[in-house]
Amino acid sequence: MSEPVSALNAAAFDGLAHVQEAGLHGMITLRGDHADADFAQAVADVAGVAMPDQREVVSGGDTSLIWMSPDELLLLCPYAEAGETVTKLTEALGDTHALAVDVSDARVVFTLTGTHIRDVIAKLAPVDMSPAAFRPGMVRRTRFAQVAAAVWLRDDETAQIICFRSVAPYMFALLCNAATPGTEVGIF
Amino acid sequence: MLILECPYCGVHAEETELHGGGEAHLTRHGPESSDQDFEGYLFQRENPRGVHFERWRHVHGCGKWFHAARCTATLEVFGTYSAQTSEPPQHIRDRISAKRPGWSWRELA
Ligand SMILES: [Zn+2]
Repeated sequence: MSEPVSALNAAAFDGLAHVQEAGLHGMITLRGDHADADFAQAVADVAGVAMPDQREVVSGGDTSLIWMSPDELLLLCPYAEAGETVTKLTEALGDTHALAVDVSDARVVFTLTGTHIRDVIAKLAPVDMSPAAFRPGMVRRTRFAQVAAAVWLRDDETAQIICFRSVAPYMFALLCNAATPGTEVGIF
Repeated sequence: MLILECPYCGVHAEETELHGGGEAHLTRHGPESSDQDFEGYLFQRENPRGVHFERWRHVHGCGKWFHAARCTATLEVFGTYSAQTSEPPQHIRDRISAKRPGWSWRELA
C-alpha cells in the first residue's frame, strides 16, 4: 500500500491570516432527501451528530456534518475512518433512496486563522462576510475567484475552506495573495 | 448587478455565482413531434422588453436549477421559484401584476 499524502503536504503561509493546508481529512458525500425521516435518522445515527439545518454545520469531536443542498451533505471524519464509515452508512441507509461516497482524496481542506479572516475571504468570494450575516456554524458554497469552494467558520477567527484537490495549488496561491501583509481592508 | 435568491438554499446569490439557462417553461418537443413543433422548441423564443421568465442555475452554490421572474428593462426581480413547475406560481404573477399592471408574456397575463 502506498502512503496517502495530502495535496500540498501541509503547506503554510503567515500573513494577514495564517493559511494552512489542513492535511488529510475523511470526506463523505451523502445524497438523499433531508426531509426523509429514514435518511435523516440513519445519517445522524452513524455520524453521531445531529442533522444540520439549511446552510449549517454541526460538529462534535472530530466529526462535522455539513449542509450542501436540500439533498446533499458532506460528512467530515478522520481520514482513516472514512472507508468504514461509508460501509456503516450504506448499511444504515438500507433501501432508502440515498448514496454515500468516499471523496476524501478528491478534495482538499484549508484552514484560515487570525483576526483578519473575513477580509481575506471577502476579497475572493461574492459573499457578505460581515459578522451579522455570516456567523460561526454557517456554511456557504460559493466560488473563490474562479473555482468552486465551500467555506464555514469554526469560530470568529477560524475558517475552513474545501475545494477540489485538482485546484489546491491555485486555492493556496489565492489565499496567500489575499493574505499579503499590509493589505487589510478593515471593514469588518 | 443581478442578485437572485436561490429558492433551494436561500442564498442571495449575485450573478457571478449563477449560470443563466435561458427562457423558462418551454415545452420540449422530441422525435415524435411535428417538424413545426420541433422547430418552435429549438428556435422560437420571447425577446421581451419588460416582464420575462427565465431558468437559472446556482452553479457555484447548491447546484440547483430554479426559475426567476424579472424585468429585462430595469433588472427588477419579481421573485424566484421552484424548478418543479411548468408555469409561474400565482404569488409571483400577483407580484408582477402589482408592479406591471397589464403585463403579458406568451399566453400569460
Ligand atoms: Zn442554491
